[in-house]
Amino acid sequence: MLQTLGLLLGCQLLGEITVRGFGLSIPGPVLGLALLVLLLGAIPTLAERLRPTTAIILANLSFLFVPAGVGVIGNFAVLSQDGIALLVILTLSTVLSMLAAVGTFICARHVTERWTA
Amino acid sequence: MTDVASLWSYLATTPLIWLTTTILAYLVADGVARRLGNPPWANPVLMSVLLIAPVLWLTQTDYTTYFDGAQFIHFLLGPATVALALPLWDNRDTIRTSVVPILLALVAGSFVAAGSAILLARAFDLPMEVLLSLAPKSTTAPVALGISEAIGGIPALTAVLVILTGIIGAVTVTPLMNILRITDWRARGFAVGVAAHGIGTARAFQVNPVAGAYAGIAMALNALLTSLIVPQLVRWLV
Repeated sequence: MLQTLGLLLGCQLLGEITVRGFGLSIPGPVLGLALLVLLLGAIPTLAERLRPTTAIILANLSFLFVPAGVGVIGNFAVLSQDGIALLVILTLSTVLSMLAAVGTFICARHVTERWTA
Repeated sequence: MTDVASLWSYLATTPLIWLTTTILAYLVADGVARRLGNPPWANPVLMSVLLIAPVLWLTQTDYTTYFDGAQFIHFLLGPATVALALPLWDNRDTIRTSVVPILLALVAGSFVAAGSAILLARAFDLPMEVLLSLAPKSTTAPVALGISEAIGGIPALTAVLVILTGIIGAVTVTPLMNILRITDWRARGFAVGVAAHGIGTARAFQVNPVAGAYAGIAMALNALLTSLIVPQLVRWLV
């Protein structure tokens, strides 16, 4: 468990250093994710050693968002008089975005499958 | 025996009490969600928040004090993001065959997420700084805050809008995809990852491991794309 945590934090740290060093606009952990994929490509046996701990983390991903979620309650005042409009916009925009993504994914999959078939 | 007031004033200064409260609230919320079969409306993040908020209110605890304890949980979002590499690696063969759908769906989902938010904000006649805070709402919080600040939004407002977007996506994705009869877990997961970042990804993992893997990819790629396109979209659409 500690080895896995150390590796995850190490990838994040390398990601943060790279992002700061080059002034990139992506978050350090996302670059850390890419680094870990590359590392898994180099050492495929690593996957099984990481699995027990990462499985626990990913199974409880929702838990990690609770502190930020509580922050929403504390900051509800920033929505001020636009609260209802913002909730309507967020709902519509989120649904539209999911529709666009899922529709494009399915159509593109059909087309590419026809090419390769 | 120490009196309750001095015990409380001691506990209130340590991270222990709010860390424990957060864990207990989540265990209750997640337990209820599981017992109900993880229905979309019983979102564990939302339920935990609704359990913790009255406790903070009753004890007159401000968010800064709460976060002194809860920050240890919040901090783990970083390594958890890195951990998404493993499901990505596990699904590398199917990902390799669906690179084209992934990239096209990323562009479509990302443009519609930001573009529709901007156009709807204009239709509702919202103030400019609110519109600018809204534009990056579908991407992961650290990226969204950076964009918001760069284009002249209010980062604190963006933080709230990002979390709300995540919860809305996590709650709506299952009924939406079921109505549309989408059975491809890759497409379902990818859609919620693009539109609703990590909270959507957490929902996807709750439903199906392949959906979770694709949501993770979508979230990571959208962190990249949103920071590139939002400043442009604001220039075109505002």
